[in-house]
Order: sequence, then structure tokens, then C-alpha cells
Amino acid sequence: MPTFWLVVLLLALSALGFAMGRRRALASAGGNPRNLHSLPNYYGANVAMSTAVPALAILAIWLLVQPIVIENRVSALIPETSIPENTSLSLVMSDVRRLAEGLDEAVNQSFLTQKQSFALDSATSDIRSDLGAVGVALGSEVRPEVLEAAQSYRQLSSSGATLMTVVAVLSALVGFFLAYRNSDKEFRARNVVERGVMALLVLAASLAILTTVGIVLSMFFETMNFFGLHNWRDFFFGTTWAPNFRGDSELSILPLLWGTLYISAIALMVAVPVGLFAAIYLSEYAGSTVRAFAKPLLEILAGIPTIVYGLFALLTVGPLLLKLFGQGENGVFGLTWMSGATSVLTAGVVMGIMLIPFVSSLSDDIINAVPQALRDGSLGLGATKSETVRQVVLPAALPGIVGAILLAASRAIGETMIVVMGAGAIAKFSGNPFESMTTITTRIVSQLTGDTDFASPETLVAFALGLSLFVLTLGLNVLALYIVRKYREQYD
Amino acid sequence: MTDLSQSPTPVPAGQNSLLTLSDRTKKRNAAEKRFKIYGISAIAVGLLMLVVLVTTIVSRGTGAFQQSFITLKVELLEAKLDKKGNRNLEDIKKVTTFGYAPIVKAAMQQAVQDLGIETDLKSKQMAALLSKNAVAQLRAYVLENPEHIGTTVEFRFLAQSRVDGYLKGRVSRDSIENDKNISPQQLDLADELLAAGVLEKTFNLDFILGSDASDQRPEAAGMGVSMLGSLFMMLVVLALALPIGVAASIYLEEFAAKNWMTDIIEVNIANLAAVPSIVYGILGLAVFINYMHLPMSAPLVGGLVLTLMTLPTIIISTRASLKAVPPSIRDAALGVGASKMQAVFHHVLPLAAPGILTGTIIGLAQALGETAPLLLIGMVGFIASNAPESIADGLLAPNSAMPAQIYEWAKRADPAFYERAWGGIIILLVFLVTMNTVAVILRRRFERRW
Repeated sequence: MPTFWLVVLLLALSALGFAMGRRRALASAGGNPRNLHSLPNYYGANVAMSTAVPALAILAIWLLVQPIVIENRVSALIPETSIPENTSLSLVMSDVRRLAEGLDEAVNQSFLTQKQSFALDSATSDIRSDLGAVGVALGSEVRPEVLEAAQSYRQLSSSGATLMTVVAVLSALVGFFLAYRNSDKEFRARNVVERGVMALLVLAASLAILTTVGIVLSMFFETMNFFGLHNWRDFFFGTTWAPNFRGDSELSILPLLWGTLYISAIALMVAVPVGLFAAIYLSEYAGSTVRAFAKPLLEILAGIPTIVYGLFALLTVGPLLLKLFGQGENGVFGLTWMSGATSVLTAGVVMGIMLIPFVSSLSDDIINAVPQALRDGSLGLGATKSETVRQVVLPAALPGIVGAILLAASRAIGETMIVVMGAGAIAKFSGNPFESMTTITTRIVSQLTGDTDFASPETLVAFALGLSLFVLTLGLNVLALYIVRKYREQYD
Repeated sequence: MTDLSQSPTPVPAGQNSLLTLSDRTKKRNAAEKRFKIYGISAIAVGLLMLVVLVTTIVSRGTGAFQQSFITLKVELLEAKLDKKGNRNLEDIKKVTTFGYAPIVKAAMQQAVQDLGIETDLKSKQMAALLSKNAVAQLRAYVLENPEHIGTTVEFRFLAQSRVDGYLKGRVSRDSIENDKNISPQQLDLADELLAAGVLEKTFNLDFILGSDASDQRPEAAGMGVSMLGSLFMMLVVLALALPIGVAASIYLEEFAAKNWMTDIIEVNIANLAAVPSIVYGILGLAVFINYMHLPMSAPLVGGLVLTLMTLPTIIISTRASLKAVPPSIRDAALGVGASKMQAVFHHVLPLAAPGILTGTIIGLAQALGETAPLLLIGMVGFIASNAPESIADGLLAPNSAMPAQIYEWAKRADPAFYERAWGGIIILLVFLVTMNTVAVILRRRFERRW
């Protein structure tokens, strides 16, 4: 039974439970809800909850665990010797899975009967062409041990699914009857239901932790795999990034880190002065009408998706810069500094535009948080407004502004689309902003798109890069939040 | 004291007068003015960038909503399409698009002759003004209406992208010097056809509703299917992120005791909101695809990844709106005998609902425009040619999403696709602006000030 219908069945059962539990409780109180401990709906909810929640939980856990168990059992079937040169167990296993899915598909389309599909023999029938006929393309001829593994994979999956259905339905029925029997006027249904709801709330809140753990673990394990295949010294201290899918790659994060930091620095050089002055003007000088107009308009820039900025970099800013600084005779200034539209400057400038509202609204909040008394004192001593801003307000707001700039820097380092489309793909150490360079995020995208083989260091390096990126941005964020928080307390 | 009693050194007349400004005051005032100008120019730069961005998008993208069409009378020759003449659908299906090419060529030649246009182009070159899509369109029509074989039917074919670009001013006689796809003679013919009204530029609904097309046929590419992909992803995000986000916020805001556990959760959520989106893509690839073996490129996976990404946003805004409900509401409810849970669910939550809704819509808008994680779970480079047939299909069949589709077009070499990428951005921004406007209206209309 497909999982979808199982879920529908469980939900239907719990709806029935709601109606029946409510009725039984009311009946036990002689139809008068005043004689019940809780409101009638709580009795219904109690039955519904004990029917659906444990069963759905079993379902979810089962769906998560079953693949691992089957994977382990099946991969034990494949002898060490039958793994061809240059591949790994995981590649053979993906063949096995594909074959198993193909056979199931063939049965689904009634190309084969269930019995025939299990009786297949790789020696006598051409499984590859048979499956091709039902639209499943296999990469290679089917070897007997792969077929055997695939058959046991199917066997285990289908019996696992049956068992899961039985267990889930059984637990739903047990929950139903226990809760139904309890639906009596003395039963404290509200307390039970509220405890259940509370548990669900806690579960939802801990999902945030679960996500972090998931992020860290998923990247950590693959990174460990990577360091098993590739020297960690080369990754952290090497100087060349030259992935080569035939092996012998040089995969070092340093050139990528350089590109990332260079582009981020240019972005901040654009965003910080503009954003900061905009914030100062808006909070210290602008009248309420200007503020009401300019602030939301600037914030539109923050709401525009990054793909738009990426396209802007690729098709507008890049060619414009090329016209100004490249193309020699045909260009505006006759310069030949730039050879292509993608460059550090292109990506940096566009990213700077994106970060303007980020810097300005954060700094605006922080400048506004500086107590008015400080300004009044300074103005009262005869300072002009700009002197007050420069010598009193900004020093008071400095830690917060530093925090805002750090947050903007972390945004810039993690930004993907603008650099993918505007920065280019060449990893090198160079100080020339007109050259194209590459970043950590672009390399993650290029190593992980297309066909990915999770056994090669060229793919796995993306996880190491991702983890480095995560640690880097997390460090910046924590530092920034710490500074901002500490500063806020000063004036509270 | 002695200092004070000494008479001050005489000040030159006029320097400390109230009526004339001293040099120092002038300097300070000038600095003040400069400072103010810096501020104004900073805002001007920001707004200028916004204007440049918007005008670029509009000026480059509106072209995608118009398309050049060539209207032709096509004689559906029985001898070519149904040799046996028994209108058996199976037999008609055997004629591939190659079989339809001569018919289109003949129709084009006929039209040119009828209009009395003189040209030394061969019929093949004439037919090259039409999109490569024309034969497929013709075949689809014939398969749907086999009874029309043998008659003459009027068709509206897409013009080739170069011709379309010529009409829109993207392609000129100078720019096609090295172009194999079109020659100046063909452009002359296009001019004549335009004058005769056979070739015309009209609104193109297919760009909004159609599906992506291969590299060779930019004129036939549309956003429709990827829009459905985005829609299904948003459904997943809404179905998961809203309940989970609200539940988590209620716990953290109303029930959680202040201890190290809740502190960790809070710091965690603040940090998750700032994790680069591509990291969520890596998570999705590693967990949902590599570990759980969910199908690659499926909107379900995209939706799950975006859910994790939007959750912190929704939690933060929901907590803010829960916090805005005054404690007196809770106290009153508790005072008349409600349990704590009842006070929250019956009184606080409904009052906070407009704020929660606003935050959710803004979170959804953010998720709708996100591209980077979708690249990693394979939602680019795939051409979904058909709209999904059912909800399960929509969730599990490979599809693209609006921003991923735009990225895909931007990567292709043909400038005709760039126009479509900008056009796609207009559609995407229309959605975003609508969602944000709805959010603002909701906030204005229902938000209560206590």
C-alpha cells in the first residue's frame, strides 16, 4: 500500500476516533456536558491524537530507518571481488537500486508479472533491453551478483513496506481502543490532550536544533570521507585549485578564499559608505516625509531575489565595465585592462548594491538607539549637527555598526548567485580587480551540479568547502550578534 | 584668578562680531553642508541603483511578452500525411516531424508567391523564417484533428528567433554577418512579409503559460511549467513551515522556561536565519537525495529545503507578533478559568494571527526567489515539457522553478534567451510584489495597536 494512502487511512481513522470518543464521553455523562471533567471536544481530541500521533511517528521513523537497514543487508551480499576496478561499493549499490526500481516499474506497467520478475536470470534474458522497453535505462549490462542483490533489495523493501503498514495500522487501532475505553466522564481528557500538544510544540521547537545538527553532520561525514581520499594539508595550505575528474586533483581552499574575500571586500567598499551615510541622513537629518519615502524604497533593494542581481551583473554591469575598462580601441577610454565581462569588480559592485539596504537599515536602528540626551548635550555645547554625529553619535554607535558590517560581510561571503553569474571560474591569487576570479560558493555549485559521484574527492570537496563556509559565516554571525547585544545593553 | 583679572588680548574688530561669521565658523558650516550632501548623495545613489535596476528589467524584459508570428495557409496533403487514406491514427502517427517539413515549405512558398514577392531564396530558406517548432505544432494539430487531412487550414506559426529579434531591434543586418541561421535576403523577405501583414508581432501568452524549449528554439520557451514547479514548492513550504514555525514560536514565547536549553534553541534560530542559502542546498542534497533517496529535481525536495530555510524567518516574525499581544489578554483568560493552553490557543493566537500571516507571506516570498539551493538538488538543466498531471506528479516528477528557469536561460549562449530571462524576472517580480503588497495590506488592515 503506498504510504500516501496509509496516511489518509490513519487520518480517517483518527477523525472517526474524534467523533466516537466525543460521543462516548457525552453518553457517559448522560448527555449533559456539565457532568464531564473536560469539554466534550477534548475527549474526541484525545482519541484522535492517540490514534494518529504514534502511528504517524512510527511511519516517519520507519521510512527513515528502513533504507539504512536494507542498504546494509544488501551490500553485505556483494562480495569484495565483484566490485570492478575504479569504482566503489556505493556505485555498485546505486546500480542495484536502479535495477530494483526498474524491475518494480516493469511490474507496475504489467510488462512482467511479480513472479516472472523474481524468476529473472541474467544469463538467459536480456534484462537491460527489457527494462529499456519500459523506459528504465541501465548504465551497463546486468551482472548476476547485482541482479541477486537487486532481488533481495526488492524482497526486503516490499516485506518492509508490508510490515510497516501492519505495525502502523495496529498501533493506530490499539491507540484508538485504549483512548476510546478511557472516554469517561471522570477521565481528565484536557490534561492529557494538553500534555500531548505540549510535546508536539517542544518537538517543533527542537526541529531548529535538528536542522543545525543535520547541517553539521551531513557536511561533517562527507568532509571526513573527503579527507580520507585527499590530503587535508593540501586542502588547507595548498595554493592551487585544479580539480581533475581523472584523479590527481589539487584541491586547495586558499585561492577560493582569496577570491571570496576580495569580492566581499569590494562589495563592502560599495555598501558601507553608501549604506552608512544613507542611515545617518535618514536618522539625523531627514524629515518624516523623506524618511517615509526613502526608507521603504531602499529596502526594496533588499527584497529583490539574488538571481535578479546575478542577471544584472552578467548582462548589464559586466558588459558596461568591459566597455569602460576593456575592449581597447572600441571601448570608452581605450583601455585594455579587462578581457571579459565576468570579474571581481563586476560581482563586487553588484553585491555592494544588494548590501546597501542591509547596512543602512541595520545602522539606522543602531543610530536611533543612541539616547537623545547625548545629542542634546553635544548640540547644547555648540557643536554643529555633523560634529555631533561624527564625534558623539557614531562613537557611541560604533560597536553596533561594526556588528552590522560583520553581518553584511557574512552575507557577502555566503552569497551565491551573483558570484556564480558575475565572478567567473578561474581560481587564482591576483590583486587585479578586472580579472575574473572564483569563490567558495561558485565552486560548491560547480562541483555538485550535474552527475555527482559521492566517491570521488572532486565531488566530496564541495562538502569540505560547505563546512568551511558554514564555520566562517557562523563565526562572523556569532561575533556580530555578540557585539550588537553587548552594545544594546549599554543604554538600556 | 590672576588669569581672569588680566585684560584679554584685544580682538581685531569684526572677528567675533555676531553679525559676521568667523573663518572657523564658516569652515564648520561648510563641513556641515558637505556632510549633509554626502548623506543625500548616498540616498540618491541607492535610489538611482533601484531605478537603474527596474528600468533595465522593464526595458529588456517586456520584449519577451511579445512574439513574432507568421500566419500561413497550410494544405494538409493526404499523400504525405496519410498515405493509406483510412485516417487510422496509428498510421498517421508514423509520419515524423520530418515528414511535415515539405508541407510547411510548400505553404511558405505558396504564401510568398501569392503575395507576389520576388526573391531568389529557395523554399527551404524561406521556411527557415519559421520556428523549428512549426512542424511539431502542425503534427500535433493533425494528430488531434485527423479529419482535417486533405483540407487547407490557417496556422499561426512562431517566427524564428532571429526574425523575432529583427522585429524587436535586437538583430540587425550588421549583427548577422557571421550568423549561419539567417541571411540578409531572408531579412528582406521578412520585411516584405511584415508589410503584407503575414508576419506580425503580437502578445505572446505562451511565454507565460508554456514550457521551456530546447537550445534551438528560444522563441518557443515559456515560464508556465516552472511556475507550477514553484507553486508546488510553495505549497510544501506553506504546509510544513507554517504549522511547525507557529508551534515552535508558541513554545518558545509562551511556555518555555528560561534555561540553557531554550537559550541554545534561541541562539540556534538566530544563527540559522543567517546561514547562507547554499548550505541548505548541501543539506538537501546530502540528506533528502543522497540519504533518503527522494527523487532528484522534485519540487517536494525543493520545498523541504526551502522549508528549513524559511522556518527561522517565520519563527522570528511569529514570536514578535506573539510578544505584541499584551499580557492582560492572557491574564484575563486565566482569570476566568482557562488553562494556559486554552488562553494561548483561544485568545493570544487569534490576536497574533495577522502578524503571523504577514510574516509567513514575507517568508514565502523570500523562498520563491531563492535559487542557490535549487541548483544543488538538480532543479536546473531539466526541461519539463509538460505540465504535471496530478498533485503527486507535481510533487515528485522532475520540474524546475521560476528562478532556476531564469538561471538556466541566462546560461544559454543565444541572446534571444536573455530577453526571456529578463521577461521571466518580470513575472517573478510581479509575484513577489503581489505577495508583499498583500502582506502590507494585511498588516495595515488587521494589525491592532495596544
